[in-house]
Amino acid sequence: MGRLARLAFSEVEAEAMAREIEQVLEHVRSLDTLDTSGVSPTAHGFDLATPLRPDRPMAPLDPELAVSNAPERQGTAFLVPKVLEEEG
Amino acid sequence: MSQSASWLSAGLADLRAGLDRGETTASELVDACLERTEAHSGLAAVISTRGDAAREEAEAASRRLAEGTRLSVLDGVPVLLKDNIVQAGEPASCASRILEGFVSPYDAGVVERLQSAGAILVGRTNMDEFAMGSSTENSIYGPARNPWDPERACGGSSGGSAAAVAAGLVPLALGSDTGGSIRQPASFCGVVGLKPTYGRVSRWGLVAFASSLDQIGPFGRRVRDCAAMLECISGHDDRDSTSVPEPVPAWSDALTGDVEGLTIGLPEEYFVEEGVDPGVLARVREAIGEFESAGAKTVPVSLPHTQHTIATYYLIATAEASSNLARFDGVRYGRRAEKVEDLEDLYLRSRSEGFGAEVKRRIILGTFVLSAGYYDAYYGKAQRVRTLIRRDFERAFETCDLILTPTTPETAFGLGAKSGDPLSMYLSDVYTVSANLAGLPGLSLPCGLSDGMPVGLQLIGKPLDEATILRVGDAFERRTAHHESRPPEIV
Repeated sequence: MGRLARLAFSEVEAEAMAREIEQVLEHVRSLDTLDTSGVSPTAHGFDLATPLRPDRPMAPLDPELAVSNAPERQGTAFLVPKVLEEEG
Repeated sequence: MSQSASWLSAGLADLRAGLDRGETTASELVDACLERTEAHSGLAAVISTRGDAAREEAEAASRRLAEGTRLSVLDGVPVLLKDNIVQAGEPASCASRILEGFVSPYDAGVVERLQSAGAILVGRTNMDEFAMGSSTENSIYGPARNPWDPERACGGSSGGSAAAVAAGLVPLALGSDTGGSIRQPASFCGVVGLKPTYGRVSRWGLVAFASSLDQIGPFGRRVRDCAAMLECISGHDDRDSTSVPEPVPAWSDALTGDVEGLTIGLPEEYFVEEGVDPGVLARVREAIGEFESAGAKTVPVSLPHTQHTIATYYLIATAEASSNLARFDGVRYGRRAEKVEDLEDLYLRSRSEGFGAEVKRRIILGTFVLSAGYYDAYYGKAQRVRTLIRRDFERAFETCDLILTPTTPETAFGLGAKSGDPLSMYLSDVYTVSANLAGLPGLSLPCGLSDGMPVGLQLIGKPLDEATILRVGDAFERRTAHHESRPPEIV
């Protein structure tokens, strides 16, 4: 799970986390006692059809401002460690 | 307390009258607010202030008021924002290491509305990291303290906003409520807090925790103060696709003080002796008696899936959180780990260093319940039970106009009392989460003390019917003096 969520844990942390999560899962298993066959799922707090708005151009966020919080940047691009190996 | 400082805890109506009559000025109020915030810094309610910028805005407001060109009822009134609501050019850390140093490039929808109304945004309040918590202890700024007893929690996750209003630092503040994060701290700190109907207030610029549950709402001294602030911040915003395209009623005008003929539903599942502080039950029962003598009718109602609300809530909220918090990757903003091996290592270490324990716990739980093979059993199941919980309310509202409950089963617990036990902390939201799951408006207001600590009364309304719960809450304040109680040690 840690790898899926991109989170690393020490052995001690992982044990504590597993214990706490098991306790919570035990509690949520109470839902298994409910028959929900034929019940449709609720995804939102208020039923609303997908709203549409006029398709008109709007001013975008200034690119300089958009990258202003980047830990590392080059011009108006975000810098990341090299992803592709050079062809050898 | 100086004259200016006493205006801050006077309630909006008196404060407004004082400003309009020239008995005080916006500049005096902002100075008093900043001084009081400094004097009560031990509460850790406020984490940053906009000293000079707020003073400049207050001067502009003072000039408007002197010229008779008032923008709104909030013109010149100091307000605090929870640290997950962004304001252009200001920090927004969500009390997390991962957002330390972040400066927002844009304004939240509610910030635009408050500024257009002339409110002075004086600073930002402490909270549980990414709004995950019920005590404002999961914060890089340290725990916020309850003005009624600094050894107790002020509730959470909007604990800083509640404590700031209770301590008279500001007359109004904004918070956000995903499972009770406005109402529970309002109850713990003896102030009024309102979670509007889902979609009533734009979430544009609210850092997302659980998008189908999150809603911004006001804290104030009086119900009518929250009504005024709700009028200011509500309304459709096409930048939030869940924003409800409904007109904003003049809630303040609906505060008639009259509850005669109204039917108040009392859910039998909420009035159980077990696990509920007897003092809390006693105060809430006294409040019920008050409404009955004012001509309201009370009827028992049943919300049969109440015992499943916490489980449902934690499955849905953590699933949505694990998805929402995937954006914090050390690339575009926020903390970035140093000396990383590759991009994967950058993600892993930036996130592991940046998030606190409770946030990690919820991301892992959410990742698990959304993972292949478990999705239907956990997340899918929770979404179906959410439908059942919603139907419970629809059925209950066939026989009543609103529902009345305690806001919390107990008064403010001690700092550290629940921090080692996540499940016990989660269960403290048992009376508040159902309104989020069903998308309903909920109001918490003070209804007395138990062992010297405030007790909160919760009123839950039908969808979009904030008017009724505000009217009933205001009627209670007209008949009682609980809203006048102040933390004894705060001067």
